[in-house]
Amino acid sequence: MRRWPNVVRYFLLFLGALIFLFPFYYMLIGSLQSEPDTSVSGAFPTSGLTLDNYKDINSRVDLLGSLVNSGIFTGGVLLGTVVFGTVAGYALARLQWRGRGVLFALVLLVQVIPFQLLLIPLYVLIVRGYGLADNYLGMILPFAINTTAVFVFRQFFLQLPDDLFAAARLDGAGEVRILWSVALPLVRPALLTAVLLTFIGPWNEFLWPFLVTKDADMQPLAVSLANYISNVSSRAANPFGAILAGACVLAAPAVALFIAFQRQFISSDISSGVKG
Amino acid sequence: MTAAPTVAGGAKRNRAAGFLGRHPVGMILAAPYAVYLAVIFAYPFGFSVWMSFHDYFFAAPGAIVDHPFVGLDNYKAAVTDPAVRQAFKNILIFLVINVPLTTALALVLAVALNRVVHARTFLRVSFYVPYVTASVAVVGVWLFLFNSGGLVNSILGPLAPDPSWLVNEGWAMPVIAFFVTWKQLGFFILLYLAALQNVPKELYESASVDGANGWNKFWSVTVPAVRSSTALVVILALITGANLFTEPYLLTGGGGPNGSSASPVLIMYQRGIQQGEPDFAAALGVLLVLATLVVAYINRRFIEGRDS
Repeated sequence: MRRWPNVVRYFLLFLGALIFLFPFYYMLIGSLQSEPDTSVSGAFPTSGLTLDNYKDINSRVDLLGSLVNSGIFTGGVLLGTVVFGTVAGYALARLQWRGRGVLFALVLLVQVIPFQLLLIPLYVLIVRGYGLADNYLGMILPFAINTTAVFVFRQFFLQLPDDLFAAARLDGAGEVRILWSVALPLVRPALLTAVLLTFIGPWNEFLWPFLVTKDADMQPLAVSLANYISNVSSRAANPFGAILAGACVLAAPAVALFIAFQRQFISSDISSGVKG
Repeated sequence: MTAAPTVAGGAKRNRAAGFLGRHPVGMILAAPYAVYLAVIFAYPFGFSVWMSFHDYFFAAPGAIVDHPFVGLDNYKAAVTDPAVRQAFKNILIFLVINVPLTTALALVLAVALNRVVHARTFLRVSFYVPYVTASVAVVGVWLFLFNSGGLVNSILGPLAPDPSWLVNEGWAMPVIAFFVTWKQLGFFILLYLAALQNVPKELYESASVDGANGWNKFWSVTVPAVRSSTALVVILALITGANLFTEPYLLTGGGGPNGSSASPVLIMYQRGIQQGEPDFAAALGVLLVLATLVVAYINRRFIEGRDS
């Protein structure tokens, strides 16, 4: 009886999935074609694929250097979030101290303040005030502790059973020790979710690193590729091929990580972080 | 659920809770984050509002300059600027397309995905992948797809718009709206999937008893049950729209053609940083946030207010 709606549902879902995936397939194909072939049959080439576009983009944008910059930027944000975010999440979830309510209200408020309002003052402060233009610290600072991740950490520490903490305290363990050897090991899977969630932010971020880096040697790949798209692509032999090759290099790490750890993107974990 | 606090714990609370609380170490643990919030959010927030009421400009490093109070001058300049008005109009077009499309598609796809048994992982990953990929990377392929000689126009043949999508004043903003819908949809599907886990099965069972078909159940059980998530989806989609920058900067080459796809944040960048008028940009930022809050409030009333 329910067979027919099921067939329709699967058909529509697969059709939707194909539409969603097609640009990625086309990105890869386009990056391998020596001449852009935009006819319908050109989307399904049988021969003539080459890696020349990757060489071309690499000669104009220092791919390896940009990837290293992206890595340092992302790594710095992850380090700040994991180190300071977990302890803040723990303090917000499990410890009673003066000012906890105020800090938590502030955390909620921060979620509401949009980045565009902070854009100009942060630029004035970090680039003009502290002279951190073309500097990794300047790139990392505005994202150093991901507030959504703090929410997720707090949520996970809250879900741990109270008895566990009471028992550890009875055994005379200090609060820092309880955090380190009782709470953290238990939330390790959640830690991975938060790390993955935090990773895509700085790795994909364009606007802020674009504002603070003018020196090509300091630019993350998203910025150097964007500059290539908006400035120099018109001079290349096959501009789209080179752009798409760069796009594949930029997309690959995030997509690979996501597919490898897709089980960690458990819907309930993430929404608990977003909704607080 | 969680165990109730033990008697011993309660007694300890009374004994040890001092002025700094029961666990003063919590202050030290939370201090770096608190400092971060103060330096990166609270202070710039105040600075932004202050700047918008003063004559602020970039001076040589170390120079002491006066930034006189100018009242609402920056706001007046922003409100009367034709490019700003155009940008707000563009964002409105964006939101009118993006928000309903995002909400409807995300809910329908989440409901469909929720009952899927086969190829579950493949289907979910397909819808999430654009969300985890950098905008700059996928903008590259959209440029390729939608340029005048691109695949989309080869498929459409004579039906292709002239001038082509991204250089057509009527189509530039809608293409950006479709792009962002496609890019962000996975995240909103995720939110709805989480909400659907909390809809009590009994509601569907009693609807079945009352003779409701799938469509009826969707409208009378699912849609009301996920209403608070819908409010969240609408607000997050709204904030994404208000923050629009990368797409008009790259996809339509700096808000073109003729400013028909410029966004307020793009104008903030152009005026504030490229042309050195941070006070104007700060005022524009405040206006943008106020406009976002007003629209968010209206939406909240509209979606949640009827029977809550």
